[in-house]
Amino acid sequence: MSSPPETVMQRVTAADFKSDYKPIWCPGCGDFTVLSSITKALAALELEPRNVAVVSGIGCSSRMPAYTTAFGFHGVHGRALAAATGLKIARPDLTVLVTGGDGDGYSIGGNHFMHACRRNVDMTYIVMDNHVYGMTKGQPSPTTEPDWDSKLSPGGTGLKVFHPLVVALAAGANYIARAFSGDPNGTAEILAQAIRHPGFSFVEILSPCVTFRPEQREWRNIVRPAPVEPTDDPVAATRRILTDDGFNLGVLYRGDRAPYAPPIGHPTHAVADLEKGFAL
Amino acid sequence: MSTDPHHDAGNGASGGAQGGGARIADAHTADARSGDTRSGDAPRMFASMDDMMANAYALEAEAAERYAEFADLMEAHNNREVAELFRKMARIENLHAQQILERMGWSGAAPAPRVPWRWEGMEGPETGDHADLHYLMTPHHALQVARMNEERARRFYAELVRRAPEGALRDAAVEMEEEEAEHVRLIDAWIARTPAPEEGWDVDLDPPNYTD
Repeated sequence: MSSPPETVMQRVTAADFKSDYKPIWCPGCGDFTVLSSITKALAALELEPRNVAVVSGIGCSSRMPAYTTAFGFHGVHGRALAAATGLKIARPDLTVLVTGGDGDGYSIGGNHFMHACRRNVDMTYIVMDNHVYGMTKGQPSPTTEPDWDSKLSPGGTGLKVFHPLVVALAAGANYIARAFSGDPNGTAEILAQAIRHPGFSFVEILSPCVTFRPEQREWRNIVRPAPVEPTDDPVAATRRILTDDGFNLGVLYRGDRAPYAPPIGHPTHAVADLEKGFAL
Repeated sequence: MSTDPHHDAGNGASGGAQGGGARIADAHTADARSGDTRSGDAPRMFASMDDMMANAYALEAEAAERYAEFADLMEAHNNREVAELFRKMARIENLHAQQILERMGWSGAAPAPRVPWRWEGMEGPETGDHADLHYLMTPHHALQVARMNEERARRFYAELVRRAPEGALRDAAVEMEEEEAEHVRLIDAWIARTPAPEEGWDVDLDPPNYTD
């Protein structure tokens, strides 16, 4: 008899992070495996659900908090980063993850996205990008290709796509990576690194919407590991992000900027006192 | 049965009631997934029996985890018959994983592989793909998905056998390949006694991608 290798032993398992609620995503949706990657990453880091919070806005991928056993906050559309920032400042002991989609994060929450990067609070923002508003039946999102022809966008929008990684880098995110939902263990590894990395980590996960963008099934055959090592040089990172085609996977930037972590003072008001101000 | 590899909603269009099915391939043909990186064409060689059996354990445990996800999904879509079948597959794969732990004397270990277990491709050879499911699929389709998974696992071990030098590792790989081949035969028998779906099994008059 031998001792089990490290690959088999595990004190905390991914299953410990999965709740009893069953995801209601469409069959084939990439978000299933992203959920699996998140739980695997948290288990690999040997965190415990009571020390983790998952915050989201609105959309298919924003259902994520309900499917984990961590603390969860399913907030209003586009405002997940604002809520998460407050939470992390108030409770720096928590590991804070923010989950959402491209519409929630880059359109409705676009301004919060930029300023979350700029503030560099120590949390991890996971965007499941499928280039479409899936929950509301397939409207074009900021990352939709300009020539994507559909009943809701005849002839395509003709609009230039939003480039979240470039914006994140320009705005000050401290860790930038791209992953693919079809590679759940690779994604888990990137997420674990992102969570460990101090400051604001941004992980864009290509996560197909097979209901409204069935052609995205082909992403499996297009994605490839980025042919470069992670860099801490923003100039090099800018060049590589601006010139890639959106399908290079891996860590594209790893900065060393100190996270924003203001000292926490003692509360000046009890929660009950604060609630009085909102009484009807 | 439709073997149309893509849901035919077009570019976000109406979808309609014409069905279109899932990427459920014919179980008796080669793996339908173009560019599938899990077919076991070039598994790495293992340094030790522990290394190889840890891989075997991860392969079974990840397959079980995925079947459980499939079962949850089918329950959410009220396809209870297929949910039950996937739940059964999850139990079977978990049993295989436990057998490996027992065989290696690792029974006290947690029933889940530790991250990061890295495969040569994107996922383990026996792990099913969400893209192969359809909310209206039948047990016949589910068994075909299971057969594809078992066949990929068999090919994975067959390639190990082909590449391994004589010795204990090769003997173990031969044994694992035979086990997977037996699983393929069992599922073939199961498919033979499971009615094939009627034409139009995937027609839905109110499909989820309907936008008119």
